[in-house]
Amino acid sequence: MLLIRCPYCEEERPELEFRNAGEAHVVRSSDMASISDEDFEKFFFIRNNPKGVIFERWRHVHGCARFFNAARDTVTDKFIVTYKAGMPKPDLDKITDAPSAVAATEPPAKKKPARRAPAKKKDA
Amino acid sequence: MAKSSEALRNPAQAGREFSAAAVKLAVLPPAHRLSLRAPESSVSALSKALGLALPNRPKTSAAKGSRMALWLGPDEWLVIDDGAKDPLEACSKVPALHSAVGISHRNVAFSVVGIDAANAINAGCPQDLSLDAFPVGACSRTILGKVEIVLLRTAEDQFRVECWRSFSDYVFTFLTEAARDAAA
Amino acid sequence: MAEPFRIAGAGRLTPARTARFTFDGKPFHALQGDTLASALLANGVHLVGRSFKYHRPRGILSAGAEEPNALVAVERDAARKTPNVRATVQEVYDGLTAHSQNRWPSLSFDVGAINDVFSPFFSAGFYYKTFMWPKAAWKSIYEPNIRAAAGLGVSPDQPDTDHYSSRFAHCEVLVLGGGASGIAAALAAAESGVRVILADEQAEFGGALRFEAGATIDGKNGWVWAQDAIGRLAGMDNVRLLPRTTAFGYYAQNFVGLTERVTDHLANPGHDLPRERLWQVRARKVVIATGAIERHMVFADNDRPGIMLASAARTYLNHYGVAVGRNVGVYAANDSAYAAAIDLKKAGVGIAAIVDLRDNPAGPMVDEARALGIEINHGRAVVKARGKLRVSSIVVQPKNGGAERTIPVDALITSSGWTPSVHLFSQSRGKVAFDNETRRFLPGTYAQDCISVGACNGADSLAVALDEGYAAGAKAAKEAGGKATRSGTKPKADAGEGWTGGMLGAGPGAGEGTTVKAFIDFQNDVTAKDIRQAVHEGMRSIEHVKRFTTNGMATDQGKTSNMHGLAIAAETLGKDIPEVGLTTFRAPYTPVTFGSIVNHARGPLFDPTRRTPIHPWAEAQGAVFEDVGQWKRAWYFPKAGEDMHAAVNRECVAVRQTAGLFDASTLGKIEVVGPDAAKFMELLYTNPWEKLEAGRCRYGLMLREDGFIYDDGVVGRLAADRFHVTTTTGGAARVMNMMEDYLQTEFPHLNVWLTSISEQWAVIAVQGPTSREIVAPLVEGIDISDDAMPHMSVREGKICGVPTRLFRMSFSGERGFEVNVPADYGLAVWEALWAEGQKHGASAYGTEAMHVLRAEKGYIIVGQDTDGTVTMNDAGLDWAIGKKKTDFVGIRGMTRPDLVAAGRKQIVGLKTKDPKTVLEEGAQVVANPNQPIPMKMIGHVTSSYWSENCGRSIAMALVADGRSRMGDTLYVPMPGGTIEVEVCSPVFFDEKGGRLNG
Repeated sequence: MLLIRCPYCEEERPELEFRNAGEAHVVRSSDMASISDEDFEKFFFIRNNPKGVIFERWRHVHGCARFFNAARDTVTDKFIVTYKAGMPKPDLDKITDAPSAVAATEPPAKKKPARRAPAKKKDA
Repeated sequence: MAKSSEALRNPAQAGREFSAAAVKLAVLPPAHRLSLRAPESSVSALSKALGLALPNRPKTSAAKGSRMALWLGPDEWLVIDDGAKDPLEACSKVPALHSAVGISHRNVAFSVVGIDAANAINAGCPQDLSLDAFPVGACSRTILGKVEIVLLRTAEDQFRVECWRSFSDYVFTFLTEAARDAAA
Repeated sequence: MAEPFRIAGAGRLTPARTARFTFDGKPFHALQGDTLASALLANGVHLVGRSFKYHRPRGILSAGAEEPNALVAVERDAARKTPNVRATVQEVYDGLTAHSQNRWPSLSFDVGAINDVFSPFFSAGFYYKTFMWPKAAWKSIYEPNIRAAAGLGVSPDQPDTDHYSSRFAHCEVLVLGGGASGIAAALAAAESGVRVILADEQAEFGGALRFEAGATIDGKNGWVWAQDAIGRLAGMDNVRLLPRTTAFGYYAQNFVGLTERVTDHLANPGHDLPRERLWQVRARKVVIATGAIERHMVFADNDRPGIMLASAARTYLNHYGVAVGRNVGVYAANDSAYAAAIDLKKAGVGIAAIVDLRDNPAGPMVDEARALGIEINHGRAVVKARGKLRVSSIVVQPKNGGAERTIPVDALITSSGWTPSVHLFSQSRGKVAFDNETRRFLPGTYAQDCISVGACNGADSLAVALDEGYAAGAKAAKEAGGKATRSGTKPKADAGEGWTGGMLGAGPGAGEGTTVKAFIDFQNDVTAKDIRQAVHEGMRSIEHVKRFTTNGMATDQGKTSNMHGLAIAAETLGKDIPEVGLTTFRAPYTPVTFGSIVNHARGPLFDPTRRTPIHPWAEAQGAVFEDVGQWKRAWYFPKAGEDMHAAVNRECVAVRQTAGLFDASTLGKIEVVGPDAAKFMELLYTNPWEKLEAGRCRYGLMLREDGFIYDDGVVGRLAADRFHVTTTTGGAARVMNMMEDYLQTEFPHLNVWLTSISEQWAVIAVQGPTSREIVAPLVEGIDISDDAMPHMSVREGKICGVPTRLFRMSFSGERGFEVNVPADYGLAVWEALWAEGQKHGASAYGTEAMHVLRAEKGYIIVGQDTDGTVTMNDAGLDWAIGKKKTDFVGIRGMTRPDLVAAGRKQIVGLKTKDPKTVLEEGAQVVANPNQPIPMKMIGHVTSSYWSENCGRSIAMALVADGRSRMGDTLYVPMPGGTIEVEVCSPVFFDEKGGRLNG
């Protein structure tokens, strides 16, 4: 069982409390109704399945219930970083170890009401 | 006190209790419960109305009198009041942005008390329940066996376990087995 | 009755504490603290089983968990029989009953042993090559026969009456293995105040100190030191000691699975004790101190009962006070066997000879053996063992060939060296590295926060093992936050032995070109020749050799055999060992019971059983329940003499003629609250919501992004900023999850929150022409007249003096109400409604009648009439799409080319030509019943019932272009004949819907 650092609970918690929610940073169009068949295919069906680092969504479903993002190595199963929904993809080259990485990627608008945050989590 | 014309209340698991060597289990009496959701900007107004400071740190709770507020998520609290006053009423007067939904009947609470209380809960809960990691007042939504619970440490050797009504039989039965084994 | 091989004064067991046990029905005496193996040996019993493939007589090889041979069945009672128990692990309790396995009719005369005679036919890969042809024979002949002959032991055929438990635990330092090194690590860590767990698979801590008679630590005998240290650890609050506990799996992030055997050693375990306890430990640091396992020598017929590892013989002597024979031969390639010979000799056991493969063995051990008058034959090999059911003599020859000499023995102890136990290290994904000098694999690159110490790390002396352990324990504790300053003193070895030297692979007489049975893997009957054959047949990787020969694939996972097999394969290939590779170590380290894995999750705890607040009433009424997910739902309420059919018919008629009461509490319910609630609903549902007035309801449909129907339910708007959303029973959790997903990640700008209220509200549906009369007397403060409260409206008020959300809605097609009350009041309000209902002839109805009633109206059930590939258009629900909406989940998906193409399956009604015939749900529909098989299937039946209200059978189906086939005759081919059906509207009753409005 993995330990996963929840960026909202600010600590590592057992995997049993979490649920994987697929690839992260898949952008849903703001003009959904008019996208082409090809774009819909990319949006809905096409997913990365890398051997190595994957950006993926998790939900701390039996904890704080928040969705968040993670970069995980699919070979070692190691989480490189977890970060809050709506934040951009972190620059993995700058990450040396997970806990400080989480701190370094705290959203700048931390003081703002969470609900007001305009950022979309799946945005790249 | 219920009026005689009122429908009778039938709380789930009423009267169930269990005693093992170092753990006692009991169902707790019905309480007022409120699922409170609010942005940070509303917290002070809600705190004032509720008469206690809503905790803003993960895994913490606040208590005043018969009222408790448990941090469940960054914009989510479980407010419990064992007394007469429904916290839902207090929130209804708050104009600041929030969502207050009564869930008094959704949950059932058990007390797990005794020097091996943490061991009993750890039969099915994967969190570290040492006093360092889960001190008195700590609370968390988490897992017990195959169901979700909300766990609150009310004293060094006491926990409150909240679960949804229909899972309460499972939770009590699970804790019974766990309590029996907890002395090890 | 005396145990002939128990030596007075030897060992650590108390002679007065006796126990009785039986083996194959024969009674024996033992001492408490014995393992079954030591007790059998004390009684002179060496023959304990038959091998898997050749049915060769087998004895006891080891004194520990690595045992491949001595597998027995232990039986407490009819329900509690455990096959394949290692006799070297099972502790004797008074009354223990054990049986040998894999023999018939008896252990000493076994018909299956004919396999040994025909063994040339059963060479490696035999099964793969032999049963290939004819292909058809595999299923009918080969497989059944092979299965009948295969397998060790017999499983019990009754449910296990033991119970099992589990515990999650956390610690800063987890020490795996309680030998000298592990104890030292635990001491060092514990002294710093951090939480320490020390686990060992043996009943007592001490590891190799069990047999190493000469070890001295801190001036004490090694074993005494270990027990004193354990006593000290036991007195510390921050330490948990887990004896009889095997760390079987090392998982990600220092998560270690351990299984504790709680009662297997007890004669009369109390009911409160679990048989086993599964520990799932998360440790900041793990110290692996798993020791090393001795290897046997590989020579012809080295599997005779009475041939065992030198350290095992020494354990039986020094710990259990048991001599493994009276005239013991010794075959060695290192010093370890000398130590055993010396101990045995000193205890008065005759040593026939030491045969040492080395040309010039030297050193204190050799000197001491010589001084004791033991004959040493150096540069020589044992090339054969004789004796069928027990070794009787060994044949000795100079290692490069020459004259043979036969030496009579009644036991032979061998050692070819020690294999560090890197299993758990390897499971942690650490990479092992081959140490060419000592010819062994040692921990190399670490993948997790752990450290190996002692013999498993290649420590070659007790002093080094203690040093490594203590240093690792102290370092781990410090790094995990322990205090550095505690009064700890590092234990110091004053005397100890080394474990260096030895050999890998086949000994003289069993090498290339020989065909003798020189066993490597005893449990799977793999010989040195089999490994060579695998290489000769083209296997190059050790992974292939392993699978071809099954070397190391038995339940012992090759703890004693892997290195021998690898060395032989490497030699045959002419490669170095690291080039051939080491097979991967996988969990479990030793077999783990299903009980331990399952632990509490049995019976009522297998899966939660969810019951509604009204369940007790339904139960008292004799309702039959059906499982709907985890819920128990009242299926129907049979009266005396009624079968299901009669009960459902009566319930359905009652609802249409008077009224019915239905427990709908299991419906999913979500409260959507906030100023943007309507905006959110617009995005999640296909319907328009902005203009829905407070107090009104709407049937809502939810799609997935791909355009297929996901869920549905009636939604009531309680206020401008508050919706009471219902979902299907089965969809409750996933709909909530999907809503949260979109809210948190796609639409986080919306000010709205979701709260599950499924279990806050009990829901009582009162449906039927008299429903208003039933509800009215109990309601306060709500005008429920048709004008004030028309179909599809919701009001808040009181019923029976308690709060209610009263919905005017219907899933039956009749005027109806759904009474929501706080769950604890559900039962009382139901009873009150029931009492009112009785005045009007109302009936309770269950889920079956509910299904029939809705099907009469053509209402779909998501998940029954839809299957995740049905669009709104397919279901005839296009009207529920907000035509002016520019976005909602699924808006793009539903216009995908395939979803709007002609020929899609559409929901229609089917009427059988014979109204009495009820179709089977799932039956296929064809247009032409006379076409050849396989027929072109154009659809299938999704719902089908007998409708008493319609006086005929009714069915719904998904049929290609169904709506353009109205009135057509189609066919449902069934095993008993083809059924003719007519395509019709799915609404069978009250097509205009007038009854809804009263």
